[in-house]
Amino acid sequence: MLNYDLVVVGGGPAGMAAALQAHEEGIEKILILERADTLGGILEQCIHTGFGLHYFGEELSGPEYAGRFIEQVYNTDIDVKVDTMVLDISADNVVTAVNNFDGLLTIQAKAIVLAMGCRERPRGALSIAGSRAAGIMTAGTAQKYVNMDGYMPGKTVVILGSGDIGLIMARRMTLEGAKVKAVCELMPYSGGLTRNIVQCLEDFGIPLRLSCTVVATHGKERLEGVTVANVDEHLKPIPGTEEYIPCDTLMLSVGLIPENELSKNAGITLDPVTNGPVVDEYRETTHKGVFACGNVLQVHDLVDFVTEESKLAGLGAAKYIKGEKAEDGVVHTKGENGVRYIVPQNINRATDKDVKLYFRVGRVLENVTLTVTCGDEVLLSKKKRKMTPGEMEYITLKAEVVKHLPADSTIVVSTKEA
Amino acid sequence: MEKRDLICVSCPIGCAITVDLDDNGQVISVTGNTCKRGDSYARQECTHPERMLTSTVKVEGGRLPVVPVKSAKPIPKELLFDCMTEINKVTLTAPVKIGDVVLKNILNTGVDIVATNEA
Amino acid sequence: MMNNFLWGEVMKYDVVVVGAGVVGALITRELSKLNVRVAMVDKFNDVAMGTTKANSAIVHGGFDAANGTLKAKLNVRGTELMPQICKALSVPYRNNGSLVLAFSEKEMEHVQTLYARGMKNGVPRLSVVNKDAVLKMEPHVSEEVVGALLSESAGIVCPYELTIAAAENAVTNGAEFLRNCEVQAIREENGEFVLETSLGEIAAKYVVNAAGIHSDDIARMIGDDSISLVARKGEYYLLDKSFGYMADHTIFQCPNEMGKGVLVTPTVDGNLLIGPSALDVDDKEDVDTTPDGLEFIVEKAKKSVPTLNVRGAITSFAGMRAHPVTDDFIIEFSAKNDRFLNVAGIESPGLSAAPAIAEMVAGMLKEKANLTEKSVYTETREAPVRFRHMTKSEREALIAKNKAYGRIICRCETITEGEIVEAIHAPAGARDVDGVKRRTRAGMGRCQGGFCGSKVVEILARELNVPMNEITKFGGESKILFEKTK
Repeated sequence: MLNYDLVVVGGGPAGMAAALQAHEEGIEKILILERADTLGGILEQCIHTGFGLHYFGEELSGPEYAGRFIEQVYNTDIDVKVDTMVLDISADNVVTAVNNFDGLLTIQAKAIVLAMGCRERPRGALSIAGSRAAGIMTAGTAQKYVNMDGYMPGKTVVILGSGDIGLIMARRMTLEGAKVKAVCELMPYSGGLTRNIVQCLEDFGIPLRLSCTVVATHGKERLEGVTVANVDEHLKPIPGTEEYIPCDTLMLSVGLIPENELSKNAGITLDPVTNGPVVDEYRETTHKGVFACGNVLQVHDLVDFVTEESKLAGLGAAKYIKGEKAEDGVVHTKGENGVRYIVPQNINRATDKDVKLYFRVGRVLENVTLTVTCGDEVLLSKKKRKMTPGEMEYITLKAEVVKHLPADSTIVVSTKEA
Repeated sequence: MEKRDLICVSCPIGCAITVDLDDNGQVISVTGNTCKRGDSYARQECTHPERMLTSTVKVEGGRLPVVPVKSAKPIPKELLFDCMTEINKVTLTAPVKIGDVVLKNILNTGVDIVATNEA
Repeated sequence: MMNNFLWGEVMKYDVVVVGAGVVGALITRELSKLNVRVAMVDKFNDVAMGTTKANSAIVHGGFDAANGTLKAKLNVRGTELMPQICKALSVPYRNNGSLVLAFSEKEMEHVQTLYARGMKNGVPRLSVVNKDAVLKMEPHVSEEVVGALLSESAGIVCPYELTIAAAENAVTNGAEFLRNCEVQAIREENGEFVLETSLGEIAAKYVVNAAGIHSDDIARMIGDDSISLVARKGEYYLLDKSFGYMADHTIFQCPNEMGKGVLVTPTVDGNLLIGPSALDVDDKEDVDTTPDGLEFIVEKAKKSVPTLNVRGAITSFAGMRAHPVTDDFIIEFSAKNDRFLNVAGIESPGLSAAPAIAEMVAGMLKEKANLTEKSVYTETREAPVRFRHMTKSEREALIAKNKAYGRIICRCETITEGEIVEAIHAPAGARDVDGVKRRTRAGMGRCQGGFCGSKVVEILARELNVPMNEITKFGGESKILFEKTK
């Protein structure tokens, strides 16, 4: 059995930032376990730019952003095992992993950071009728084929879902010579950034069809086409609006799901809205000494925010290892009136830091008053021009405000449109 | 005179901006924006729109068959596909480092194409 | 990826089995024990690509078919043989029993009818149980239930795993499997059949027509137009393993004025399966799912298990059944030629009956051609490595022996590179992504191959020594990648 102070599960941006932060706090024995053959996580295939504007003040590509952290990690004595899959985390923080050079590994950790990222929602979850032909894939799978394997996964493409990955892939496929026929979005608004709608779709004349979905796929062996239809306000296809679009590829960009099988098996409580662990302000889960950060905790829009959150988790893990993590009862958080969730779900009253409450709204809101209350007391109030489900928001609570709240009370974040 | 409608990409609000252009393509007025950034975005977009270009380049002897590249600075939007043609002609030999210049001054734009990962 | 087949030269066999479904594969396995040169041919790139691939995966008790039919006889016998054949072939089988639920007194009458029929058919361990007993066995079944028919000999098995295992065992015993071998015409020459196929000509003394939904077309090639089949499509939902707890038995409904009802059943892998719909179609290859069909099965299944939620669905699919207009299996030498054996119209309970059908067919050929048993053959097929089911020490020993078992390719199902390589190089091994999936479960989990799909393509390309863009999803034109980007 190996012994480490901190074991980080996942060597993407989240895992690396957490490990580096803990290292900076003086934690000595740190191990990063990564299932791919390099550090970097999903950034390795995100070759477009737009990463790092907040964190580095520069516009970097995914591999460049990851590269800066990879270099830092390798300049420390943090141990890294790539091509290594974690199979299990026990109640007493023993990590079991496997690879093809050490075989089975068991590692006793003082603290663990979960940074496994997320996965794409597959076709099955959508129940699109039709054939099981080849050529139906998630946008992320297509991205790996194009950007890392160097193969075209299709020539004529329809994309379902206008999240950023879908939009980015529309441009990538077009630049590499494919014809993207349409991007269909079930909702009446796009889930992606405006910049991506302009620069990935409008620049290339790719139509964005809102309130529209794919109702059937056609073709016996390779996909030959899809039927799209408009949807009503209940998101149900409207009969008579069906249209056949010939294409050899259907790419799905219909949502990301935090990958929490390990967390679930370890008995960690998950938030039914985020599908990530319930955490406190340092991102400690309900399992003592186990922290979570990045897309395994909540799906982020910007890697810069992943880095920020992960440094917080790394700091928390370091404090935990050093026995410095203050505890004096918790207050809970809750979203209301259009606020779908809050991370963190719990805040230690004894927290030594101001707490950013991250959240998303459930629909597009304009001229919003955002309030944070506890019982009858209004803790904070803020005006916002516009809020969309596609953008993660936050509001900062001062540490001294939290300190004065009764233990077990609930902080409510809610919105009100003018 | 020409009128152009744009959605501002400077921030999530996404203001609907209208730009009036004269017959020479010069901006006469920008309306609908709610901040300065919107004004300069609209002017840039209507006179000389530029984009970052990212793609991959073939590499021999590397970990993967292709290595990602980007334009070191934005390039004129209308040259995107022409630049792709140039990029597709290149074959590198490993090792490649982040920041290596893959194509110097592509199509006389003054912009280099650089590698964004190791290979 | 061609079979080792010599163009221009006519391949000669004693018996050619047309169709590599569960019936064809089990027949071929029986024949591989005899002193006879046998080949199984299929137009697809793998075994189990037709009806076998997509059905309810049920081993029926045998109370459904009318007394005296082949269906009744072979169902009861097949269900009896199934546990031992699964054991010999290391195929997961579970004797979970089945329940036919009644929701009214009228339906209870039907249950009594089924009970009486079952007793006449010789179904063992059959009983009628009351509401309390049903709810005790199946707490998620609707409170509306009145009673049920309990068939304790019924079970579940994975039909394609059984087929793969049977084909492997047959090949180990010297049978050949010719894939991508579509029979286009059959002629007679010097008292032998010559099968004109997409791979060239194949001579055979005997032909077993186990071509499933196409067995009528194959029979017609020798002028036998006695087989009349209806293509009947059935659609299913497969739910995540976290829903597997909702049913322990296979839960049927009574047929009523609204139709036959759908079943809710666990699978041997612990998922929950619901379906099928039933739609007669013209196109035999039409296995597209339909919005109506999927909606229908959910609505129907909720009658049995009201708390079902298709948000737990990881996939939906459709299968084709070959419904014979005579309503019974057709297993006989053709009236046109007594060396041509039709095994047709094998709809439900075809999977249950398959071991008995194989026994019967091998017996018929043995008698006809005076075939003798080989002095040495392998009766069993060793279980493939299943890393996910192993203990810590077993895993350690395995990786020590072969490092490839230390590299996890499919995260959701914990499938190693070693298992995938093994599936490719097994007798009658995998040649495409779906073939790997059926043999190893790689890509069958929650992400449905989102992460591991490209790695499986890579491994297939490497092991078969072809470029990645020659790898298909399931043969034919189902290619996954086009040309290189650069």
